[in-house]
Amino acid sequence: MRDVAILGAGMTRFGELWDRSFREIGIEAGLGAMVDARVSSAQLDGVYFGNMAAGSLIEQEHIAPLILDYAGLGSRHLPAIRVEGGGASGALALHEGYLAVASGLYDIVVVGGAEKMTDVTDERGSDIASATADHEWEVVFGATLPSLWGMIARRHMHEFGTKREEFAQVSVHDHEMGSKNPNAHYRNRITLPQVLGAGPVAEPLGMLDCAPLSDGAAAVVLGPLEIARKYTDTPIRIAASQVATDSMALQHRREITTVDATVESAQRAFRLARRAPSDVQVAEIHDAYSIAALVSLEDLGFVPKGKGGPEFASGRFAHGGAGPTVNTSGGLKSQGRPFGAVGIAQVVELVRQLRGEAKDRQVSGAQLGLAHNLGGTGATSVVHLLERVN
Amino acid sequence: MEAGIVSYGAYVPRYRITPAEIGKVWGTDGVGMGKNLNVHRKSVPSPDEDTITISTEALRLALARGGIDPQTIGALYVGSESHPYAVKPTATVVAQAVGATPFLTAADFEFACKAGTAAIQTCLGLVGAGMIRYGVAIGSDTSQGAPGDALEYSASAGGAAFVLGREHVIAKVHHTVSYTTDTPDFWRREGQRYPSHGGRFTGEPAYFRHVTECAQKIMEVAGTEAKNYAHVVFHQPNGKFPQRVGKTLGFNETQMRYGLVTPYIGNTYSGAALIGLANVLDHAGPGERILVVGYGSGAGSDAFDLVTTDELGTFPRDLGRPVQEFLDKGQEIPYSIYAKFRGKIHMGEN
Amino acid sequence: MSIARFWRETPQRYNLGGSKCSDCSTVYFPPRSVCPNCSSHRRSIGRMVPFQLSGDGEVFSYTIVHEAAEGFDMQVPYVLALVKTVEGPMLTGQVVDIETGEIRIGLPVRAMFRKLREEGKAGVIHYGYKFAPREEDRAPDTPPGQRDVARAATPDAERGPTTA
Repeated sequence: MRDVAILGAGMTRFGELWDRSFREIGIEAGLGAMVDARVSSAQLDGVYFGNMAAGSLIEQEHIAPLILDYAGLGSRHLPAIRVEGGGASGALALHEGYLAVASGLYDIVVVGGAEKMTDVTDERGSDIASATADHEWEVVFGATLPSLWGMIARRHMHEFGTKREEFAQVSVHDHEMGSKNPNAHYRNRITLPQVLGAGPVAEPLGMLDCAPLSDGAAAVVLGPLEIARKYTDTPIRIAASQVATDSMALQHRREITTVDATVESAQRAFRLARRAPSDVQVAEIHDAYSIAALVSLEDLGFVPKGKGGPEFASGRFAHGGAGPTVNTSGGLKSQGRPFGAVGIAQVVELVRQLRGEAKDRQVSGAQLGLAHNLGGTGATSVVHLLERVN
Repeated sequence: MEAGIVSYGAYVPRYRITPAEIGKVWGTDGVGMGKNLNVHRKSVPSPDEDTITISTEALRLALARGGIDPQTIGALYVGSESHPYAVKPTATVVAQAVGATPFLTAADFEFACKAGTAAIQTCLGLVGAGMIRYGVAIGSDTSQGAPGDALEYSASAGGAAFVLGREHVIAKVHHTVSYTTDTPDFWRREGQRYPSHGGRFTGEPAYFRHVTECAQKIMEVAGTEAKNYAHVVFHQPNGKFPQRVGKTLGFNETQMRYGLVTPYIGNTYSGAALIGLANVLDHAGPGERILVVGYGSGAGSDAFDLVTTDELGTFPRDLGRPVQEFLDKGQEIPYSIYAKFRGKIHMGEN
Repeated sequence: MSIARFWRETPQRYNLGGSKCSDCSTVYFPPRSVCPNCSSHRRSIGRMVPFQLSGDGEVFSYTIVHEAAEGFDMQVPYVLALVKTVEGPMLTGQVVDIETGEIRIGLPVRAMFRKLREEGKAGVIHYGYKFAPREEDRAPDTPPGQRDVARAATPDAERGPTTA
């Protein structure tokens, strides 16, 4: 296995992109990453594409060759592979691309992720997203993704005394961060009273505890670290790429206030990279629901179990806090949530942070970044550790 | 006749609405209407309840009380005028839901409000003939009155299930008699959402004639008089008709005491007389004689002459909810919620 | 949802049919063909036996849903819970016949048979388990004031003997 580096990154704006089609955004992100990496299409060996539900959302399956075709690369007959893991599809695709380059089979690979959520109604979009939970034993009985996370929140409050205000603070934090991100779906700042007063979705979670349904795409170019300098002055090494899974349904988990898949994927990643959570300066956390950010920060090892609420509320994860600085992109809540693109967009943000290109969102001295991408209520967790190569 | 009731259970949905609340919506004297009908509250099913779920809950209780292995049920009939499907039996879902499938016969009965008593008679025949060990007869409805119609003040939801057999009988059926004519007092044509009725024609030539004639006939057959019965149960489309017919036949308030449930839950149609009988069995002692006279529009009456046995003394009737709880408890809702629950609000198509 | 897809799950959805490992006695719902608990999964193959849950349990966690799952719109707001059954397995289901203020962690509930969803006005109706508070644990329902109004509508003589 050889070291793999990220050579370039690109993404579209996230949001309600009414005038743009699925293939348009996919192409924009992919070509953006290639331009950023100064890679020509002739050098490309393959494409991995993270996508959750194009079949349900735009009635189009078989999307990997489709994007490649409309990117003008059809005549090259490259391998193009779609990867699906619910909301973790993007990071899962990155894992596959990483393996392909690390193995030596391919040299230059584009890993993209895209989702077009707004070609269906909000209700339909939510139902499709809920299919990342166990349809037969959760959804059929009235469960939705926010309701399952709502039950996690309620139990977390019960077991650890976590306060409603504490996880509401996640959304305030995310919007503050996202206000500085030109690609973010929502760039407005919000206040704690606004989050607490927003309409209920699945109590205790309200409208502003839940990430939006967004359109968007993101992509990165991967290559072997040994030749990375040919393409970029600041290659970012993938120090670890780890995937872990768990029971599909929340009801079958060992416990519901810990996402074991997160714990496993994080521990494996830190072990492999010979690093510890305290070495991380910047992290993109899967905050599809505000409570998910607290549970994830605990399970990733940044704070002890049950302490996520007070630690978050203390400002630890904001700029200038004890760190790591979390969700400088705005996270899923503010930057947006195009499911299959989320895991790649997290990595795009980390690349910018580790290169020192994040402008007014920059975390000074960022050397090691962590990206954490979840599917459903945590049946899939993907953790990537990214490192600036000096 | 050796056969009789082996076990029973009733179920009434939790929500209630008052005639006053209904009257407010239509600008009529709901309070007066409630007084006239002697209906204080009526039950309202949740949007996720129907004749199938009500029947299943009632039967599950009956099977639990009787300690009856569902696999020993040889026949299962559900009487209702609000079967969820026009074609596809209620009885098969209920049979599956209690674990009685596959070796049994099952069918749906419809005879306005007396489909449940008709089912009891059929079961008695099968059990009495030794063709089956246990037969299940259920009367259950989620009946609807058209908005603003007089029926809306009484039409409610509920049901009761009876297990008939020859072993451990708690109430032996000595006689059953029916009285049937073609009398169009109340009907619902195929595809129509709400029933139609003949107004005051539903009284004398329909309910009163059939119930009276049938009651008199069974007492003649049984050689009994009104005073021989500890309890009497009539079909009860409202709280007033059964009181009147009972008085005419010579029954007093004490005899009618437990059999009259409509004033507190409304008219549960196929469930009405059967829930009344369930309430009587909740309170009766061994060796008491009971007269039940059902009525279904269209029209007919089924009467039963029953005597409780010593088995009733050890029968676990405190298991599950007694009928009295359904009469006393319940959550009152406003008309707006009632209209939503009963599908009376026109929703957009999508 | 296709008809067959729901129909084949009716033993579980209607009757809470689960399975039990004859090796370690752990109970599962829905039924499993392999025991995740046993040291050697292979040993449990063919040794999982049918096991019926009683439907009794208590609320482990809950949420009040305001943005409904498909087919649940008419019931909003509804209570959804994780119910820890007395036999061990955890189930996800609605808690019905309850006011949203009554729900709490630890509330004893029992399974009920209800409609889950309909495939449109002309389609098949799907049934299955939901949960409801046990009646014996429930506080009186109707605020006394409201009930008095209902009773006041009828003079004592007409009230009927059951309230006497």
